[in-house]
Amino acid sequence: MKINIYQFELRRKRNSILGWSAGAVLLILLYMGFYPTFADHAAVLQETLKRFPREYLEAFGMAGVDLSSVMGYYSLVMTLLQILLALQASNYGFGLLLVEESRMIADFLVSKPVTRAQILISKLLAALTALVLTDGVVWASSFLFIELFRGGRSYDPRTLLVMLAGIPVFQAVFLSVGLALSLLVRRARNVTPYGLMLGFGGYVLNAFGDLLGDVKLELITPFHHFDPTYVVQHNAYEASLVLLSGAMIVVSLAFSYWRYVRRDIPAVV
Amino acid sequence: MGIIEVEGLTKYYGKTRGIEDVSFSVEEGEIFGFIGPNGAGKTTTIRLLLSLIYPTRGSARIFGKDVFAHGPEIRQDVGYLPGEVFYYERMKVIDLLKYAASFYNRECTRRMYELAEYMELDLNRRVDELSYGNRKKVGIVQGLMHSPKVVFLDEPTIGLDPLMQRKFFELIREENARGVTVFFSSHILSEVQRLCHRVAIIREGRIVEIADMETLIRNNYKKVRVVVKDIDLSYFDLPGVTNLERTDNAVHFFYRGDINVMLRRLSALNLTDVTIEEPTLEEIFMHYYQREGS
Repeated sequence: MKINIYQFELRRKRNSILGWSAGAVLLILLYMGFYPTFADHAAVLQETLKRFPREYLEAFGMAGVDLSSVMGYYSLVMTLLQILLALQASNYGFGLLLVEESRMIADFLVSKPVTRAQILISKLLAALTALVLTDGVVWASSFLFIELFRGGRSYDPRTLLVMLAGIPVFQAVFLSVGLALSLLVRRARNVTPYGLMLGFGGYVLNAFGDLLGDVKLELITPFHHFDPTYVVQHNAYEASLVLLSGAMIVVSLAFSYWRYVRRDIPAVV
Repeated sequence: MGIIEVEGLTKYYGKTRGIEDVSFSVEEGEIFGFIGPNGAGKTTTIRLLLSLIYPTRGSARIFGKDVFAHGPEIRQDVGYLPGEVFYYERMKVIDLLKYAASFYNRECTRRMYELAEYMELDLNRRVDELSYGNRKKVGIVQGLMHSPKVVFLDEPTIGLDPLMQRKFFELIREENARGVTVFFSSHILSEVQRLCHRVAIIREGRIVEIADMETLIRNNYKKVRVVVKDIDLSYFDLPGVTNLERTDNAVHFFYRGDINVMLRRLSALNLTDVTIEEPTLEEIFMHYYQREGS
């Protein structure tokens, strides 16, 4: 790890961190702001929701939880937050090396006296730090807005802690898988579409997995591994699924390393 | 033992040829010209030597160390000016240069300011606002500020105005006088002729000639122009004569061989005018080109 690369990369992500954090804060504020009204009319809503097919509710993370309870409602917010956080992480993953390569600035770094491994590790750690900083904002604003809007209704802080603790791992999956996939791409004009595809793809896969009842599909998406409604019901994530996420991270990183140290840095032809 | 040793270096991009079986050696303190048309493999060779890309076959050493195994260590003492210069956006020149400097295990700041002043580069401008020529200047400062022992210049003068080109050449001569080895790639022959001690000519991925600049220009070819009336072209068709052609009343050709033989041949004629001169590198190069092409 080279501290100068790490600092440089992190500084370049400043606006991005601020942007994604602001998005997350707004999302939590907006949804939690509705909670008091929602909870008051919960009985009516629950009646309405019962008329929807169960698969449909599962697709939107609204099945099997009491939406009038603080954590039940927050798990809904978390599902949306996860989409946002997945997009951020996929974006960082795809962009980690590919942005420089497609803008032809990779020569600058690679021609310096550093190893490819040092470049990869420093950039990865900078991206991880950026994600954790965003998560910090998510953690703080979640506690804050729940406190502000729960209106005397009680909740188990342990449930919230478990849910929030999963976020960095959840993001690390998208970061590392995005990175691995980016190294299969020779050159891209713009990495954003790839990031969007991976982030939304993960979500859609989970939603469809629920709808179709097909176990195999949803097994590979972190949206399933870190299902917030599961946490509400069990006060924990499903260990085997979290391990699967961990395995995905390890495999993606190993593949990325193997591929990057051998990679020809593209040039203008 | 040269400071740069290249042995049978071959690079294929998939099935596309980059370079093929390239071998040469650059001595310490030399300005080595690397010349060829666009797409000949000049950039590929330089990028291999910086281990930005990896070879299909062959080996390359700088300072006696394998460039692919010891790249980072070697690059402490290597400067590189890419042909196309691109930099991070939304950055001031000074911040970019400071970042570049942070990679080297020595103080670069003083030299950085010296070079920027010499090249008339405004350090407080934003990189993305710079013209192509100014980006090139950033590249020059960046490539030289850590006082490297070996410098790779890939088409360095493109984008620089003539005045800046002259200053840049002066700078390279100064660096060279301090013992810096310069690897100078270009497709503009006159600039290689002005600067380099030795030159390798690369064409379609293969080295076609490596020679001293002097040998290449003096000992090899003479450019002869003869103005004479009513003469058959075949009169000049001796061994060693190439590119024989007639324009209006003059006959032009290249001659390589004993100059006395040619002079005796010419003295038998009633000439209106004659010039025998050294061809420019450009002409020599075109000559290689046509010979190989035909």
